[in-house]
Amino acid sequence: SNVLSQYSSSSIFNEKQMFDGLIREAKMSVLQEISQNVRNIKQLEYAALARRATQIQKELSQGVRKPYKELTDVCWGDPHSLGVKPLTFVRQVLAACVYPELMSSHKLPLDVRQRAQWLLGKCEGGSIGSYPASAGIPEIIQRMSKSIARRDGGVPCNPENVFISPGSQWSLTVTSLLLTSCVYAPLRTGILIPVPCHVTTITSITSLGAAVVPYFLSEEHGWALQVEELQRALESAKGGCNPIALYVINPGNPAGYVQSRKSIQEVIRFASEKRLVLLADEVYQDCVYGKNSEFVSYKKVLAEMGPPFSDTVELASFHSVSKGFMGECGLRGGYVELVNLDPNVVNYISNLNYDTTSVLAQFALDLMMNPPRPGDPSYPLYNQVRNAVNNMLVQNVKMAHEVVNSLPGLSCQPVEGGAFVFPRVFLPPRAIQKAKEEGMQPDTFYCMRLLEETGVLITPGCEYRQKEGTYHIRFCIMASQDTINKALKHLATFHTKFMKDFS
Amino acid sequence: MNHGTALLWKRRALSSLSATRRGLPKEKMTENGMMSRAKVLTIDTINPTVKKVEYAVRGPIVQRAVELERELSQGMKKPFAEVIKANIGDAHAMGQQPITFFRQVLALCSYPELLSDSTFPEDAKSRACRILQSCGGRSMGAYSASQGIHSVREDVARYIERRDGGVPCDPDDIYLTTGASDGIVTMLKLLVCGEGASRTGVMISIPQYPLYSAALAELGAVQINYYLNEEKCWSLDIPELQRALDEARQYCNPRALCIINPGNPTGQVQSRKCIEDVIRFAAKERLFLMADEVYQDNVYADGCQFHSFKKVLFEMGPEYSDTVELASFHSTSKCYMGECGFRGGYMEIINMDDEVKDQLIKLVSVRLCSPVPGQALMDLVVNPPQPGEPSYDNFIKERTATLSALAEKAKLTEQILNTVEGISCNPVQGAMYSFPRITIPEKAVKEATENGQEPDMFYCMKMLEETGICLVPGSGFGQKDGTYHFRMTILPPPDKLKILLDKVKEFHQRFTQQYS
Repeated sequence: SNVLSQYSSSSIFNEKQMFDGLIREAKMSVLQEISQNVRNIKQLEYAALARRATQIQKELSQGVRKPYKELTDVCWGDPHSLGVKPLTFVRQVLAACVYPELMSSHKLPLDVRQRAQWLLGKCEGGSIGSYPASAGIPEIIQRMSKSIARRDGGVPCNPENVFISPGSQWSLTVTSLLLTSCVYAPLRTGILIPVPCHVTTITSITSLGAAVVPYFLSEEHGWALQVEELQRALESAKGGCNPIALYVINPGNPAGYVQSRKSIQEVIRFASEKRLVLLADEVYQDCVYGKNSEFVSYKKVLAEMGPPFSDTVELASFHSVSKGFMGECGLRGGYVELVNLDPNVVNYISNLNYDTTSVLAQFALDLMMNPPRPGDPSYPLYNQVRNAVNNMLVQNVKMAHEVVNSLPGLSCQPVEGGAFVFPRVFLPPRAIQKAKEEGMQPDTFYCMRLLEETGVLITPGCEYRQKEGTYHIRFCIMASQDTINKALKHLATFHTKFMKDFS
Repeated sequence: MNHGTALLWKRRALSSLSATRRGLPKEKMTENGMMSRAKVLTIDTINPTVKKVEYAVRGPIVQRAVELERELSQGMKKPFAEVIKANIGDAHAMGQQPITFFRQVLALCSYPELLSDSTFPEDAKSRACRILQSCGGRSMGAYSASQGIHSVREDVARYIERRDGGVPCDPDDIYLTTGASDGIVTMLKLLVCGEGASRTGVMISIPQYPLYSAALAELGAVQINYYLNEEKCWSLDIPELQRALDEARQYCNPRALCIINPGNPTGQVQSRKCIEDVIRFAAKERLFLMADEVYQDNVYADGCQFHSFKKVLFEMGPEYSDTVELASFHSTSKCYMGECGFRGGYMEIINMDDEVKDQLIKLVSVRLCSPVPGQALMDLVVNPPQPGEPSYDNFIKERTATLSALAEKAKLTEQILNTVEGISCNPVQGAMYSFPRITIPEKAVKEATENGQEPDMFYCMKMLEETGICLVPGSGFGQKDGTYHFRMTILPPPDKLKILLDKVKEFHQRFTQQYS
């Protein structure tokens, strides 16, 4: 065997080494073949940063002296871990559902108790511990559909086309699975994705064996989506894969644009003309800050455009409890609404959802789509907190803009919505050179240095793809003002020094 | 249930019937007589493997049961007063009570302001604080690490060590999953590869829990059936494993062996010797062992005991314990907790190569993390109240009550069913189901076949219509050709269970008479 030949030529023939080697070979030969799709999942740039951050955390706890006392992690769109509090109404209802004894006391407001009672009544045995229906609790879906119709100014929403899932990523994966077909063999299924694009979308698609076809957003134009670029991307796919869907994210991630109605119409026309299924990731629909920006759903615009578009363009729209004012990432709840899909095809989504969404997550969806209304006891607090959080986020964005745009070598397009700031870093040639020497992407190198010197953890633009020769960084602004102030202060100090050191 | 909801149930009910039975809708004609535009996604262009996915436990019979419930609530007269859904292993749906301590801690975690509420015991509060401390921003709403909250994985590792009499467990080998199903599907995603004759084959026991066949269909893996021995109380025979494997090697590359212990639907608890034999077999044939052990606390029969695969593996010495690759799955859905709706679970992976582990970690990070409340619940399951703590007595009382009720119901079920001529029920040694064999008269088999139905589906549908009892036909789980079974849960409360069993008896006698 290989192992023997490895050792027999060695002058030191160690029996134990041979035995260990045989064991290792025996092990590896069983799992040496693992799914290519899994192997193809790209290792995150973030992994190296995370490893170093863990080490630094350890060093700090051991009392090692550093220019900072703690890490400031602003990598992920995870509002609660960044100091944004959960909504009281939501948590009160969930607590009452978990422990219904709470409903008998009057410690919780009436509307909380009523909602908890209504929700528990939709569970078999009146317990959140029972299995929910695989597509989602029907009554909750019914109400969600009404809320969706309200959001879209009355455009009807058919509950049969709404499927609850453990998060938007899951919905996207299942929808992509549906599309990924060997019927186009030998070509793989292709899905157009924006550049820059957040990583989990890319991995959800590629881990199924489908191909991503990148279209570049135009940074100079506020990360606008240009149809000519969609056209170019589509043409570039010829012979490489069979493009069947177009993924858009609005508001954006990592780039914080909010698409105009006109832009959405253009995309819909393009999808219709080129026979592409539209995958509209709208998880940040409640995160809009720009004064002149407004979220309008793809579904609404589609309906407004009338026939033939409104009854032919196939659309999947994704939402989740993870973002917006809820920020309940850890509950794992979301939904997908399918528009204009063949009903026979829609049925199969049901089949694929045999692993169900937790009951608490489904309740959270109901609370998100049907919040307290004026007149409800919980409304004043709810409204106050919502406004406060919104103001805080607007402030965070304003500050981030000011700080970033005041620093030479850093510039940022307007952040109109979403959870992140995605500034461009104009790295000096010497810095790029140093990065190469250390075997890192230049923007990863920048982030690594930032981490070492200030304890601030952000992610590099290369993680999300970007135009060749450009570099970016991404950090989250859905955080407490203190966290953002701190991160920006450190970034400013670091950046000035960095640019000087590498000039 | 209002009309709209009922309609949604009905439409979704029909969706699980095959397209041919429903009849495909006609293509739309627009007003000027032109055919409307063809869709991009049609049943011909979508992923073909998706069409193969079926999940019997929630299949057509359940949908009919729901329809009947609706009809009853609308005042329609039926030969029964209520529908009893004895099809799915959902304890709370059947009236089992949650463990008070668990719900208290989770309520405190959901709304920490309750920590100042004096009606909650101190140990629940300290437990909640400990959990919240390991959550980002002290909130269950923050993402956790993909592999799961570290302190929870540590607690799981300690639980496993205690359970297995000290066999060491590394928290890094623990992955917190969205129910056991998520873990099982993830491992299959990792393992399934290859084309044609080298396509991965996965051995599953027949009768099987349909999650496995559904997942294998979705992944396009080859399902390799090995039959459990009904005459020997559903035991696992190595010669049968060998037969199945040797045959399968001709057309695929068998790489994994799945075993459910205690069993579902069969309820058998494998002997220690059997587990050793399976381990030896897996070692010899280089198969990755997937041990679904979600019913590990559900053992009722005298002389039966749960032996974890890991413990047995390590007691077999380094020749096996250093080499055999094993994944063990557990969940918060069964045992005495019955918390299916929380989607809590873990898997322990033993002897996996480090490079492959890296791939597994990548794979779990695609879905970000499992629900944090489920992780918190799992923490409580593996770290329940200890003697001396305020909640201990009540916890023990509740747990014992639930498990002993299940044991009683298991016995009752076996007893009553075995008094029926034409029904033969193996002892329900563990888990939550009985899987009796039924004799179906030839006439009935004929009528079923003419209707395009499996005979036991025909039988179960009739039982549903005549008695309101919803069971799952054995054909949904797989069975030896020419044999028929049904799976019934032992979960309804004892008085209802007795009624149910008596009705099953009556129905069977009537049915046999009718088709004699």
